[in-house]
This record gives sequence, structure tokens and C-alpha cells, in this order.
Amino acid sequence: MKQASGIVRPKGWRQNVQRVLLFVVLGLFCIYYLVPLFVMVSTSLKSLAEIREGTLLAPPRAISTDAWAKAWNSACVGVRCNGLAPYFANSVFMVVPAVLISTFLGALNGYALTKWRFRGADTIFALMLFGAFIPFQVILLPMARTLGELGLAGTIPGLVFVHTVYGLAFTTLFFRNFFIGVSSGIVQAAQIDGAGFFGIFFRIVLPMSIPAIVVTVIWQFTQIWNDFLFGIAFTVGESNPVTVALNNVVNTSTGVKEYNVDMAAAIIAALPTLAVYVVAGAWFVRGLAAGAVKG
Amino acid sequence: MTGITLKEVRKSFGATEVIKGIDLEIEQGEFVVLVGPSGCGKSTLLNLIAGLETLSSGDILIGGRRVNDVPPRDRDIAMVFQSYALYPTKTVRDNITFGMETRRVPKAAQAAALEEFAGLLQIGHLLDRKPGQLSGGQRQRVAMGRALVRKPEVFLFDEPLSNLDAKLRIEMRTEIKKLHQRLGKTVVYVTHDQIEAMTLATRIAVMDEGHIRQLADPATVYEDPVDLFVAGFMGSPPMNMLSGRLVRDGGMAVLCGDGPTQLRFPLPDRIANRVAGAEGRDIVLGLRPETIFAAGTQLPGPDRFVFERPVVVDEPTGPDTMIVFEIAGQDLIARVRPQDARPGGTVFRFEVEMDRAKLFDAKTGLRL
Repeated sequence: MKQASGIVRPKGWRQNVQRVLLFVVLGLFCIYYLVPLFVMVSTSLKSLAEIREGTLLAPPRAISTDAWAKAWNSACVGVRCNGLAPYFANSVFMVVPAVLISTFLGALNGYALTKWRFRGADTIFALMLFGAFIPFQVILLPMARTLGELGLAGTIPGLVFVHTVYGLAFTTLFFRNFFIGVSSGIVQAAQIDGAGFFGIFFRIVLPMSIPAIVVTVIWQFTQIWNDFLFGIAFTVGESNPVTVALNNVVNTSTGVKEYNVDMAAAIIAALPTLAVYVVAGAWFVRGLAAGAVKG
Repeated sequence: MTGITLKEVRKSFGATEVIKGIDLEIEQGEFVVLVGPSGCGKSTLLNLIAGLETLSSGDILIGGRRVNDVPPRDRDIAMVFQSYALYPTKTVRDNITFGMETRRVPKAAQAAALEEFAGLLQIGHLLDRKPGQLSGGQRQRVAMGRALVRKPEVFLFDEPLSNLDAKLRIEMRTEIKKLHQRLGKTVVYVTHDQIEAMTLATRIAVMDEGHIRQLADPATVYEDPVDLFVAGFMGSPPMNMLSGRLVRDGGMAVLCGDGPTQLRFPLPDRIANRVAGAEGRDIVLGLRPETIFAAGTQLPGPDRFVFERPVVVDEPTGPDTMIVFEIAGQDLIARVRPQDARPGGTVFRFEVEMDRAKLFDAKTGLRL
């Protein structure tokens, strides 16, 4: 094996043995992590009969997408049998505005806290950080009350509001730490060039913060999409997000347990976060590379 | 009329007073360099003029207008930053035109100004690149272009050359001076590099601990420093500072050291008259390295003093060689021609131009 570049390493049989050992261990970890996913995918593609006859680890003999179709549009969630589709839509309507608003406000906060220092900025930031450590169970009742007062109880906009408020602590933290590293000279130069608070924010600072935006979007999307507690506490029936609906599908106590439908439903509920990670992750890496060469 | 006037300017950060009452009058078209060690307040003073910091007390006038409460954008200034502070996501073109863009200058006028200064600074071929793709010298030019293009009346430079390598720094220094001659605008320039200050300034303000110690043209600051601080700060290698005592025995002289190695530097009349009656006082004798050379190697002049000392080390710089020697336990540097240099250990005959010697009070540090 020829080393093209990099740090010089010692050679010899001992090193070879160590490397083989290393990769065996890494391989075992990989399998350990991937087996559950494999079981889920393969089970979701089997028929109920095949599930009953075969073992958990056996691959499907005849691939069938019936379970996926059923999970999507005809599985019973509680008493309604429309599948996950409407709840999936609920989640989308919740997650898109919540992520956008909380990310935008976080960026604005971080910018104001670092580049337009004002008296008490550090205190305000410390107070905002509290939000990151509050166990959400604690605020369920007061928040329910607040939503009721606002007329948002049991609605998707109400959920957007809750997620935006409780996302702010993290998004502000991310952006503040990013902007701390951005040269204040750039903001001063823009001030002398005649730009104001928002002019500098939109035209200079925001275009520079793609990496921070991507990290924040991934984080917020994952948090909000996967949230179960707020979903079950603040929505009812038709306005449930997909996580709550999934629970209702799986925990239904009547009829036969349809493992293939459950598995398909679980994968459907998890797909968007995976997709965001894959798509935004590519952007993330590109953003990092762009940052590395910037002046 | 777009000079700058500072009246009793003070600035504190919390309990620390950084600018301790500065009065400064800068004429239209002047090139004033604020120079001093780090932490002397020179950058803060520049930021106060720019409006990037708020005054604690005092007044700042630009072109006769009191600008204490005028934001940076409305002060008719442009600034070049040490870090260049280019907008990393914008192309060179957009970096340069951003200031005109925010002021809604018509596109045609923007293009004309861009063309004029891109040509002047030789960055025409870089306009579509991002700052990240430029070398240090090119970034520096773009930063200058961004400042020049709006044609403000006052330019502020905050250590603009300190991130460049030595060769480029000298090139850009010359270019800044050319630009100033050509445009004739008022310039305030901050640096810690005394050579930059000497070469660029029409007047130098030497700053220390929030005060201006001396404000004068470069020759005066160099040849006529008001105190030990200014004398020590300006010049490279620095002025030799020799502790001694003022005596009168057949003419005024400075005695340095004691015992067999004691040296008696006779003072020429011009200097002796200034310190008449101060016999016995402890003083510091300031001798610039270039006023000490190998005996007999320069045209003879009045008031020369010759003495012998062993060479400690010799440091060739190319055009000159620095010879380090000792008087009364203090290291001194002499600047001699390379062919006169001798290796360490040899006894060397030095000649001092006493007419250019400076005397300072040992206690107050003030020039006598």
C-alpha cells in the first residue's frame, strides 16, 4: 500500500495487525448500528404472512409495498383511517414556518448581541440561554394557558409559536457564537460605507453566515419535526403532527398488530429529517470550505 | 475647508481613561500620522474621529462642523482598516461600489468612479473575484479603492500596511504617499511603525498613554524630540541613552561611569549654554547611532569627541554595520560603514558628533 500524502507512519507487521484489528472493530460497530434499520426496512417490505413465518433478520422473499401504501393513506389513526398523509402535512406546515422564523430571529439576535453591543447585552444573552436548559414539561401548563388566551389552542399556528419561542435559545446561541468570530471591522466598514442596522444584516452579515444557518436549520428541523411532547399536549386529533399520529397508529389496541405497516409508518415519519441532513449537510460542508478561504 | 479639530477630547472605557484630553488641529490636505506603542490610544482616537466610538467628553470638528453626534456615514470620511475588512461574500466590484450603492449614487456615476480608481490602483482585472481569491497586497489595494471611490474629504487609515510583508509594505507606502500628493485630501494615519510615520507624514503626533507627547514635522520629531519617550520611540535602531552627570571643569561636559573606564563627553557651546547653571544634575545623554562612527572616517567637523572601547558584537545590515559596545555597563550602538567594522573583542576608536547630542533630565525625562 502506498501512502500518497500525509503524516509519516511506522511500517511493519505489528502496524498491519493493528490496522486489521481496528477495521474489524469499526465494522462490528457499523453492523450493530445498521441492523435495526435493516430490520425495519425489510419488515416493512414483507407481507404479514411472511412476517409470521420467517425470522426477524431474514430478507423479504417477495417485495411488497402494500404496507407503505397503507401506512401513507389508509392506516387507522385513532378512529380516522386516512393513513399518515394528513398528519405528515400538519408536520410540514408546522416545521417550515417554525424553523424559518426561529432561525431568522436567532440570526438577528446573535447579530445584535455581538455587533451592536449595548448595555446589558451579556445579561440578556445569559437570560436567553436559560431557555436552553428549561425542561419543557415545566412550561406545558402555562403555555397551554397562553395559547388559550391567544386563541391558538389546538392549532398548528399555536405549535409554530411554541416551537419558535423555545427554539430561540438555541438559535441565538448558535448565531451569537458564529458572529463572535466575524471581524467587527467588516461591520464598521459597512457603517462608514453608509449602511444601517438592517442593511448590514441583510447585505453583509447574513450572506456570510451560511454555515451557521445550515447548522441551525438542521438542528431546529430535527428538534421540531421529532417533537412529541408539544405535539401531543397542544394539538387535538386532526391537527396532530406526524409523531403523535405515528404513536396512535402503532399503539392502536384493536385488530391484528400489523408490524409491516408500523415499520413503514415509522420510516415515513423519520424520512424528512434524514433528507434535510443529507441535503443541508452537503451545503454545510460547502459552507465550511467557503469559510476556510475567506479573507 | 475640511481640516479636523479636536478639542479636549477624552474617552473612557469603564473606569479606564484611554484618551486623556487631546487637542489637535489638522489642516486641510495635511497627512498627520498618529504613532505610538500598542495601547497608547492611537486607534481609539482614530475611531473617535471616524465616529465608530462615542466621545466621553470634548469636541470633534470636521470641516468646521461639530460631529460629536453625527454617525460615521454622514461625516464625509472613508477608512482603511488593518484587517482590510472586505466583505467576503461580495466581489471586488461590489466591495468597492457598496458605499455608493447605499448612498444611491446613479449607476453611471458608480461605473465611472469604479473605472477611475480600478485603473489607478491596478485592480481592473480583479473586479469579478472574491476577496478570498486575492493576495494580501491585492486586498490592500481593494480596501484602498473602497475608501477612495467615494471621494470623501477625509481619509482615515488604521495601520493599513501592518499585515503586508516587508517588500510590499514599502511599495504600498510609496503609493499611499503618491495618492496623497495627487488627491490632496486630509489624511489621518495610525501606525506603530516609526519609519512609516517618518516617511509619510507632513506632521507626526507621537502618542503615549492617551496623551500626545509631541506634534511636529518628521525632521523636528527626529532631531528635536521633546522628551526621552519621543527620542526613544523614533529611530531604528533607537537612540542610545546614556546616564551621566553634568559637570563644569573647563567647559561643560557629561561624565559617564566612574573609575578608569569613565568617559567625559565635552558639550559644544550651543548645548552648554542651554544647560548653564545645571552643574551636578543627573542627566541622560542621547546619542543617535548614526552620530557615532569610526574615528576619522567622516569629514572632520566641529565638536567631535573621540574615545576607545572594545567591540561587544558587530551586526551587519548591508549598507551599514551596527557595532554594539559598552559604556558604564550600558549597551550602545554605533552605525559604521561595513569596511570599518571590526569583530567582537577588538578595541575600536569611536568618534561622536557632539553637536547632535541631546540632553534629558534624568528625573522628568524632559529635554534640556
